[in-house]
Order: sequence, then C-alpha cells, then structure tokens
Amino acid sequence: MNESLLRELVPAVIGVLVRRGADFASAEDAVQDALIRALAAWPDDPPRDPKAWLVTVAWHRFLDAARAEASRRGREVAVQAEPPAGPAPATDDTLRLYFLCAHSSLPPASAVALTLRAVGGLTTRQIAAAYLVPEATMAQRISRAKRKIAGLTLDQPGDLGTVLRVLYLVFNEGYGGSVDLAAEAIRLTRQLAALTDEPEVAGLLALMLLHHARRTSRTGPGGRLVPLAEQDRSRWDTGLIAEGVTILQTALARDRLGEYQAQAAIAALHADARSASETDWVQIVEWYDELLLLTGSPVVRLNRAVAVGEADGPQAGLAALAGVDPGLPRYAAVTAYLHERAGDLARAAELYAEASRAAVSVPERDHLTREAARVRQLLKA
Amino acid sequence: MKYLILKHYRGGPAPVVDYGSIDQWTPEEVDAHVQFMRDFAARLEETGEFVDGQALSPQGAFVRYDGEGRPPVTDGPFAETKDLIAGWMVIDVESWDRAVQLAGELSAAPGPRGEPIHEWLEVRPFLAEPPTVTE
Repeated sequence: MNESLLRELVPAVIGVLVRRGADFASAEDAVQDALIRALAAWPDDPPRDPKAWLVTVAWHRFLDAARAEASRRGREVAVQAEPPAGPAPATDDTLRLYFLCAHSSLPPASAVALTLRAVGGLTTRQIAAAYLVPEATMAQRISRAKRKIAGLTLDQPGDLGTVLRVLYLVFNEGYGGSVDLAAEAIRLTRQLAALTDEPEVAGLLALMLLHHARRTSRTGPGGRLVPLAEQDRSRWDTGLIAEGVTILQTALARDRLGEYQAQAAIAALHADARSASETDWVQIVEWYDELLLLTGSPVVRLNRAVAVGEADGPQAGLAALAGVDPGLPRYAAVTAYLHERAGDLARAAELYAEASRAAVSVPERDHLTREAARVRQLLKA
Repeated sequence: MKYLILKHYRGGPAPVVDYGSIDQWTPEEVDAHVQFMRDFAARLEETGEFVDGQALSPQGAFVRYDGEGRPPVTDGPFAETKDLIAGWMVIDVESWDRAVQLAGELSAAPGPRGEPIHEWLEVRPFLAEPPTVTE
C-alpha cells in the first residue's frame, strides 16, 4: 500500500472517530498519530485491512489522550471505551470535513494547513516543508485553527465557496518543496467533485487540469519562466487537456456559470490553440467580460486588457487599462508589453525595468529583467 | 506571505528616542530587553507565524573577488559604515498590515528605565514562488 492510498483513508477515519463520540480536534490529532505510526510500520508489516488498522490505532490513541486529560482534570471519561455499532456514511463525513477545515472564521493560511492535514492526510512535517516554515510553527497554526472551530460540529452546513478558495490557494502555491501541492490540490478537488454535484467544483477541477497540463512547458532551464506564447505546445499533456475540456463542457451545460468555470474556459481556449498566433482572443475577451461581471476583480480587468490588446491591437489594450489601479502587481508588466506591441520601445524598456522591481517572485523578476534588457538592445540596434 | 524584519545597529531614519548603546544600560535593562525579544518570538510561534530569528555580531567584513589566483579582498570591520545589520526575524503572516503591526510591537522593546525604545525596524517582503495560474 503506498502513501497516497493511505492518505485517502484519513478523512473517513476521522469521520468514524467523530461518530463514535470524539470531538473533531481530538479525533484529528489521534488520526495524525495513527498516520505517522502507519507510515513507519506499514512498509515492513502491511495490515490486511488498512482502514480498520487506522481506526483501531487512532481510537486507542484517542482514548489514551481522553483518559489522560480526564485524570488531569479529575473527571470521568465521557465517551464509551467500546464503540457503538452503526453504519458510518463515509462520503458525507469527508464532505463535511472539507467544510469544517475551510470554515470562513479561519484565516486562509490556517484553513489551507488544516485541510491538507485532516482531508489530505499529510503530516505536519510535510505541510511545514511545503510552506517553508518550522514544523513547530505549522503545528501551532493547525492547533490554533482547531481551537477556533472547536464549537462547530461536523453536521453543520458549510460554504462550498470557501472550500474552493482553499483548494485554489493550494493549487496556486505550486510545485515547491517535497510535497507536490498542485497535484495534491487536484486530488482533493477530484475527490470533492465526486462528493458534490456543483458545476463550480467541476469548473475548478477543469481549471486545475488545464493549467497542470502545461506544467512542464512553463519553466525552462534553471526554473526560468517561459511565457505562454513561447511555450513548446508539443509538451502539453493532451490527456489532461481532454479531461479538463470534457469536465468543463459538462459543467457549462448546466448553465450555472461561476468564476472557476469562466477561468477554465479561458484556459481551455489557450489549450485549444495549436500555436500562440491561432489563439481565439476574441472569445477569450468575451470570457473575461463574463469573469468581470462575476467577480468585479481588478486583476481580471488587468488580464482582460492583455486579451483586448491581442484581439483588437495594443492601443485598444492600453485603452482597456483605463480605470485599472496602477498599484496592482503586474500592472507595469502589462503596460510594458502593450507599449512594446505599440512600438514605443523606450517606454516599454522603462516599464519592464519598473515591473521587475515590483515583481513578487524571483522567476518573474528575472523574466522581466530579461525583457527590459531585450528591449533596450532593440533600441540600440 | 513571508516578511523579513531587519534590526539595525546603525542606519535607517534618525532615532526618535535616544536609547544609547545597549552596553551603557543596566544589566536589568539588558535582561528585560532580551526577554522581550524572546517572548515576542515565542508568541509568534504560538500564533503560527514564526519562521526564523537570528542575531548578528557587529564584527565581520565586506569581501570581494579580486581576480584569478588572487586571494579575496576584505574591507572591514565596519567602523565607518553607515548601515550595520544587527539581526532579523522572518515571519509568515496573512498580510503586509499584519507584518507592520508585528514590527511595531517589536519596536516597543524596552530600553533604559524600561521605556520603549521606538527603534526603527525595516520590513521587507520575500520574493515568493510564482503562482500557477497567471493569465
């Protein structure tokens, strides 16, 4: 049994413990302990029934902790040592865990950490490594999050919107560290899509698959950023693209558009173009218009200006920037690109340099610095 | 989002409180200052926001390459430099505002007579990994 199969069992096992009377925080701790023991013991001595093994070990761990806590407080253990019999509706439990871990009262970074641990079955150490913080800090972040939602029970209705935001955040965190967070986000979104019937869940899954399909072509040697127009399209994963497009089409047919479906539609149009010059920018602008109506987001307005620049020419793109906040990250990069297309190389070089100073990531900064250098060379020639 | 809070021995805007050099303080004042820093880091670990903290000796030097086959050139210690870093703390927080709030609290570390020293701290965002979805 490999680690990912083991991790898939984690939310269901937490659900079993909660149904037996454990509170969520203690159940989650007990299952994390059982998980760590399983990771150590199973390679040499795999159990016949992995889920039963986890339930048994976690339940004993929970009882030990509850007894220790009770004796510390001089009280009796409130839960029965012998679990009551009864069916465990595992799928509902898992869905509810998503809602609980992404509860709107939690700061995003805490909701992300808790989701990765309780739903994703990652260890605290793995999550800490993925986010480049000490394990002790991550442990505190998770236990604080659990204290914050301590009054909530698994059977309360949840907000799917916050769950999707959390999964999107995990996906966008990318590929750093020992844990592939993008792949993990896809796994968790796939699982969520199997548990719900919401077109936006499918939309988010399609969006992730379509971006994941371009993963290897997005970076060159040494982590160098390769812009969409220059990517080697023969390296795009056609299987993932086909799957993403099918999922998106099914979702769109439900006629309940949302921001993730609209974003996925834009990604699908890019994936559909055999070369950058064959991109259907007119349709992409239409999807940005939809996206803008749905979100009103200034970042969408900025990206829309790029699409308008491609569809109707750089002057139209610059005009579409009117009313966009120049303080946005990538604003200077977008204006630099549009000015270059419009033939104003001097202005473009200045703006690329300005954009590189405003970049929020190293590959982006290096890319923009190279762009500034490239345009300055064109000026000299 | 990760931020670096930089503490300087010298440099930055003019101090608003003349707290002198720490070696001129009483031992109790020094202890109180050090304890404040430790408590601050411990509190950030509690909130899940602490990443790293280190102090730097004022000793050391600038070093540079001086050509093939030649030893590196050194310049220092830094008696003359205008800017001298004393140490740092790395925090992982939700926003720039939270980073500023924490740096403000750290700047209230006690100095002579237990009064806050109002020290200028430099707060700088980390360059992160690029997001997956960009268009």
